Formats: sequence, structure tokens, C-alpha cells
Amino acid sequence: MMAAPKTLFDKIWDSHLVEEKDDGTCILYIDRQIIHEITSAQAFDGLRESNRPVRVKDAHLLVADHNVPTKGRADGIENEESRIQIELLEKNAKEFDLPFFDFLDVRQGIVHVIGPEQGFTQPGLTLVCGDSHTATHGALGALAFGIGTSEVEHVLATQTLLQKPSKNMRVTVNGKMGDGVTAKDIILAIIGKIGTAGGTGCVIEYAGSVIEDMSVEGRMTVCNMTIEAGARAGLVAPDEKVFDYLAGRPMAPKGAAWEQAVEYWKTLKSDPDAKYDIEVELDASEIEPFVSWGTSPEMVAPIGDVVPDPASICDDAKRETVEGALKYMGIEAGMKLTDIHVDKVFIGSCTNSRIEDIRAAAAVAKGRKVADSVYALVVPGSGLIKEQAEEEGLDQILLDAGFDWREPGCSMCLGMNGDMLEPGERSASTSNRNFQGRQGPGGRTHLVSPAMAAAAAVTGHLADVRQLVDSEAAE
Amino acid sequence: MKKFETFSGVAVPFPGHNIDTDRIIPARFLKTIKRTGLGVNLFNDIRYNEDGSEREDFVLNQPAYRKSEVLVAGDNFGCGSSREHAPWALTDFGIKCVISTSFADIFFNNSFKNGLLLIRVSPEQRDALLEDAARGENARISIDLENQKIVRPDGEEIPFDVDPFRKHCLLEGLDDIGITLQSGEKISDFEAKQKVSKPWMQGARV
Ligand code: SF4
Repeated sequence: MMAAPKTLFDKIWDSHLVEEKDDGTCILYIDRQIIHEITSAQAFDGLRESNRPVRVKDAHLLVADHNVPTKGRADGIENEESRIQIELLEKNAKEFDLPFFDFLDVRQGIVHVIGPEQGFTQPGLTLVCGDSHTATHGALGALAFGIGTSEVEHVLATQTLLQKPSKNMRVTVNGKMGDGVTAKDIILAIIGKIGTAGGTGCVIEYAGSVIEDMSVEGRMTVCNMTIEAGARAGLVAPDEKVFDYLAGRPMAPKGAAWEQAVEYWKTLKSDPDAKYDIEVELDASEIEPFVSWGTSPEMVAPIGDVVPDPASICDDAKRETVEGALKYMGIEAGMKLTDIHVDKVFIGSCTNSRIEDIRAAAAVAKGRKVADSVYALVVPGSGLIKEQAEEEGLDQILLDAGFDWREPGCSMCLGMNGDMLEPGERSASTSNRNFQGRQGPGGRTHLVSPAMAAAAAVTGHLADVRQLVDSEAAE
Repeated sequence: MKKFETFSGVAVPFPGHNIDTDRIIPARFLKTIKRTGLGVNLFNDIRYNEDGSEREDFVLNQPAYRKSEVLVAGDNFGCGSSREHAPWALTDFGIKCVISTSFADIFFNNSFKNGLLLIRVSPEQRDALLEDAARGENARISIDLENQKIVRPDGEEIPFDVDPFRKHCLLEGLDDIGITLQSGEKISDFEAKQKVSKPWMQGARV
């Protein structure tokens, strides 16, 4: 009898199964863990209290990102609570002898940016982090998901997690991507279609010609926001692009091990007849540059649209949710999205802070000026990206246009380090969450791609980047 | 972890959908290095005014709900970030059980690890419980995990499903790291095999 066809998720799951108990609970082996300062202190305390050692030291990588200042950090960290948390991470790294990048190291950056960048993330691995956007790493074909602090401790102590298998969902995107449409717009369109709970209980495999043609960085943007669709992990079958991306990275396998690894990685794709519990298809040619208008990532629309009218929604709870969102956002039903003015523009976060993103922003910013009413900042995802952007002269283009150029970290994505919105302020942001107060209490967030963020910065309002590019071509 | 015991308590209605973890506990309270003390900041930005005074219209500030132990919530409660601070804040406030039609995956796992029982019910059952909860102190809801039932104020019982392993851990107050370590030998076997078949997977230090 032939073995049942398997999805990519099934294959990675099966190859990491240590034990399946009678009640269906599984012990899943975890190959790698990235640890940051916000969700780990209590886990290390737990180890100390129960006198448990770390099982596999080299399976972890520690770095501070959420709380680090993005300006003048060489002078130290002013905020006391932040400093205590960051120092504690270093202390824990030393005490337990774990690999660690300190916050002045050029390799420091956002956990989900540096994992792939260092080659720590690889196809076929199981990888976790105490952070929901761990889904990002699935772009390289790793089964990667976010966990809580108790689970961080569980992985440190046992190198495993107690899990049940997820359902398989496949999102296929075919068709030709239009001008100005990026990976960010694709994922916003997907979330708009399936909703913030559309992927609950699932691992989403992304497939189709659009995903195949996408750069590894673009795939990271897509996988990153998988959690915003409720799924724990996103996956893309690894291909030559991924192997090229990883070749020569510091933590990638070398020599004979590289050859052996690539041989294995080539087997990591879903079998042709594999069954999915849920299938969704999108036609990229129908997707336009998107913006979010509300307080949930499913509240999105093409930039040419108007703010939706809650009165047209029959379901009471849904209507109330939309009414609440419009009230919070301070916008009216029927108003053109391009009439929404912004106070701040944030280009950064684990969704969009890689070199491609900064290039896209700089291409729009070049020769233009940030509107007088706007403060715009660019925060590279890692020290190495910052260095590369500076080598390419992107920092100068952005600075000339009036953008602020910062040191790497999470920054205004969640506003923990002092980079934040004031109450009532509005941003166009390349990050992933437009929740109430996400970027600061009372702050209002519109999610966009890096090119669209730059367009908002130079016009002072949400804007269609295609029109800027068109006017350039006409000149 | 404390053992989960049958109790009856005040239920608070929290009908909005997609209540995210940023709403449950905003990011600026994640600077703590402890698990305790987050209850005062539960739902901080919708619970307090900018000057720190309580918002009268917020449900947990109303006399009937200040000691709530059950939260009846809208769909997809706990979506967003992986912060375990969300269940820590809920339990520190005194919430022992959240009832909804659906929960976000990571929040679901985190809650059970902290003795917080999450119960999934049908939309109709949730709506009925929301109505009970709207009666405040006049209507107490009982939660019986052992027998897997919610008892409404009028005595009607709503049975619920729960994962047997999670139930066991909650009732016995068990630490699941200890349980997993009982499989230590199997984990070692796995590692030994993987070292041979995929040697590059183990250890990444440069
Ligand atoms: S950039 Fe934002 S979403 Fe990404 S890890 Fe940091 S805080 Fe989380």
C-alpha cells in the first residue's frame, strides 16, 4: 500500500514527533528557539526555581529588540525598566551560557529578521520564539510558531513542546501582480478575505505562481502576518531561492553538511495529492495596493476605496465592531481613504524592515520631501541591514527627503521603547497590527506597504503610490 | 499551579469580538520581569481615563462586576500577540474562567498553563450566558471542570468539551515540564537519531 500523501506541514511534523500519547497529545521536538527580553525573564526564573538546566544550549539565540532605544544607544538605555529587562537578558545568557548578541552588536536586530539573516532559520526545522510573529520564519520552509513564556521555559528545559497537530490550510495566489502591488498588499488582501480568525487552528501553506515568483524577503512579509489571520504558522515550500538566500550565512551548514542539507531540503514539499482541510484561492491581478482603515487587520480596503458604512452590515455584533473602529479611528463612513491625513509615518518592524523594503521606500522618497505636517522614521530590522542600506546610499536619500534614520529594533511597531504615537495621532505604518493603542495609547494606525508608507509621508495623507510613480513617468 | 476547583461566581459580559491581547494588557506593561501584579492593568486603556481615574462606563468598574470570576466574551478572544501577560493579568484580577465561541491559539495554550480555564460554547449558549452575566451579582454561574459543565443561575446545565490532558493538569495543578521530563529517554533517543540523519540541525552557535 502506498503511504498517504502528506503536506509540507505533515512532513515536518512527523519528522519531529518524539511521542504521541493515548489522548492525542504529542511531544514535538523543537530544533531552535529565539529569545527576546519581553517574554523570557519569567521563564529563566522558572528554571532557577525548579533547579532545571537548559537542555541544548546551542539551540537558542538571545537578542534584545522590543525595548531597545533606536537613537543614541551607545550612550546607554535611559528608561530604567527597559534597561533592567535588557540587562537581565544578558545576565541570563551568561548564567545559562547561551548564544547572545548584545544590543551594540551589529548583528542585533528584530528576532524575526536576524534568524533568517544569520542562517539560524533553515528549511525543515521546528523553530519557536516567545512572539506571535515567529510565523515569519516559515518563508524559508521552517515550521515556526509563537509561544508564551511558560512554553519558552518548557523548550529551554526539555527541547520539546506539548502539541496537537494543526489543520492544513492552503492559500494559493496566482495571476499577475499589478503595478505598485507588493507582498504586503497580498497578505492584507488575504486577511481581508479570510478574516482574523480565518486560520485559527491551522498552519497555512502559501502556494501559487505569485508566491513562487516572490523573493524570500517578500515571502517573509506574507508569512509574518499569517498570525493576523489567526493561524499559528505560515509555510512556503523551500526552493532554489531559499537555498541561494542561505548559502554562506554564518549559521547555515557548511561544506559536506551543506550538500547533505540541500539534498534533504529539496524533499520538503507537499505531495501532489496531499489533502488540505481548507483551500483558499486569490487572483493577484485583482489585488491593488491596500490600506487598513480600522482597528483589526481584517479591516482593509484598496486605496481607491472609501471608508465602509457600518449601516450596511446586518449582523449586530459586526456592525457595532465596525462602528467602534470608525469612532476610535476618527474617520467617517464614505470618506475617501486618500483623504485621511497622517501625522507620523513608520517604516520598520519584522513585517517590512528588510533591505528590499528600505529600497522600496527610498525609491519613492528620492527627490521628494516629507510633508511639513508629517514626522517620518525608518527603522532597519537589523544592524547588518542598516549597514547595507548605508553602503547603498539609501540612508542619504531618506535623510535628504526629511526622514529620520534610526538604529534597529521593534520601535514604533508596539511603542515600548519610547517611539510611539501620542493620543489621537495617526500613522501610516509598515508594521502588522492596527489594534487600538498598539503604537501608543489613543494612537491610530493604518497598515501599508513600505512604498505606500513613503507615499503617505511625502503627500501627508494616505496615497496611491501608483499615482506618484505615474506623475514621475509623465515628467 | 493551584488546583482548579469547582466554584460559582459573578460573570462579566464582554461581548465585543476579536478582543486582542494589546487590549487585555497594553505593551507598555510588558516591561515587568514578574508574573504577578498585572491585574490592576487588565484592560488598562479602556478601564481608566488618561488621568488614571476609573471610567465609570467600563464594565469591570461597576460595583456588580468588581469581583468577577468568569468572563463571557465575544468571538476570537485573545487574538494577537503571544504575551502570556494576558492570562497573567486576567488571573491576577481574579478571573478563573473565560467562556467564548472561539479563542486565539496561543492565548489558549498560555491560559491553561496558568490555571485559567477557557471554555468553548456555541454562539447560542454564549449569548444566553451573556444575558445571565448582564444580571451581575444577582446571577452566579458555576463552573464544574471535573464534570465538564457550566451551571446557569436557573440551574440549567451546559456541558462542555475539554482536552483530557489539559483537564488533568488543571485539576491536579500539574507542571507540564515535569510531565514531559518523564519522557526524557525518548527525547534523548530522538536527538541521537537526528544527529545521525540530519547532523546540521543540532546546534547553531558560531
Ligand atoms: S517588530 Fe513588532 S511585531 Fe515584530 S517582533 Fe517586534 S514588536 Fe513584534
